[in-house]
Amino acid sequence: MVKAVAAPVLEEAVVRSALAEIADPEIPAISIVDLGTVERVQVGDDAIHVELLPTFVGCPALDAIREAVEARLAEFGRPVKVEFGYAVAWTTDRITERGRRNLTASGFAPPGDDTCPFCGSANVATDNLFGPTQCRSVRYCRSCRQPFEAIKVV
Amino acid sequence: MTNAAADLLPATRTALSLLLLAMADDEFVIGFSDSEWTGIAPMLEEDVAMSSLAQDELGHAQALYRLLADVVDDGRDADAIAYDRPVEGYYHARLLDHPRGDWAASIARRYLYDTADAVRLEALADSSFAPLRDLVDKIRREERYHQMHMTAWLDRLASARGEPRERLLAALERLAPDAATVLAPLPNELSLVMAEIIDATGDELDARWRAAIGPVFDRLDLAMVLPVADPLTARTNHSDAFRWLHGEFTAVRASQPGATW
Repeated sequence: MVKAVAAPVLEEAVVRSALAEIADPEIPAISIVDLGTVERVQVGDDAIHVELLPTFVGCPALDAIREAVEARLAEFGRPVKVEFGYAVAWTTDRITERGRRNLTASGFAPPGDDTCPFCGSANVATDNLFGPTQCRSVRYCRSCRQPFEAIKVV
Repeated sequence: MTNAAADLLPATRTALSLLLLAMADDEFVIGFSDSEWTGIAPMLEEDVAMSSLAQDELGHAQALYRLLADVVDDGRDADAIAYDRPVEGYYHARLLDHPRGDWAASIARRYLYDTADAVRLEALADSSFAPLRDLVDKIRREERYHQMHMTAWLDRLASARGEPRERLLAALERLAPDAATVLAPLPNELSLVMAEIIDATGDELDARWRAAIGPVFDRLDLAMVLPVADPLTARTNHSDAFRWLHGEFTAVRASQPGATW
């Protein structure tokens, strides 16, 4: 005897936890979810819509992020539509607590944190407001003599 | 509040497309021009900073060209608008037509441009055209860093004795005749004010800009005469320096038309 089984309903939470496995291409220590870039996930029968917020307008990693999202969600067996929008502005306040901890653990000062991620000293200097990517600035710890990067507050 | 260009009156839509073209070309040209410092800036920190600034500006230009492509809706995409025009088709301010020059010239120009651009962006902060308002909100968060950096450098050069100050003064003197071109009134800009897309005309923006930079110039003892720009020539008759830059930034695209990179 064959039981009629309804197709399993794909929950938004399942999609979101899949997205949480995607690392930011420029700072792999933080996921795109902890970075606060996932604004909206809408699961429809015919497609999954994901709205992402660019951290910076000219961020060159956007195409890589789009491709990573499409690849990760492919297993759910329906078209994935990724859009970047400005209707909501990404700000550094959107980074989660876990995201901030992960940044510190990998040597980045989270936005607004003026201490050294390596030794915790507050005796740090800004070397350059601008850094190797648009979202980072360069600092120097006078206590442990270690240069490090900080996420710009926007 | 308007979300789609199709809901605008035709005259307003045309005026909006010229405003977007002016803004996008300004960001594009100064971004490309300043990227010429990559690898040869006077110190490593500034090499990184100027390259990052240039990257920001090209990002802003790309987003503005995309918005412009939606507003104009003539089949061209952002890249086609950015790259496939002859020299005469570009609509950036004459301030950005000057050659990159020495470091003092780049600082002087960026300072004049960034302060004028900040006034223009502020005038769009409550725009009734939602896609532009949202983008401007995002852009202003980045431009804040540009202005901080340029103000610090202007201060540094102006306060130094000898050659740095002399070079800055010489650069400001060369740029002064074109300094006000960024905010020169645009054709039919009144329709944009009436539609509450922008909160003031070019004349009013020019006054706001002078009020913003006047105290800085006074404090640094930089006595500059910045003539009011002629709207008819503010964004036309591009220089040989721009002709050269245009050849540089279109070279890759022209080498293989239609290719995807």
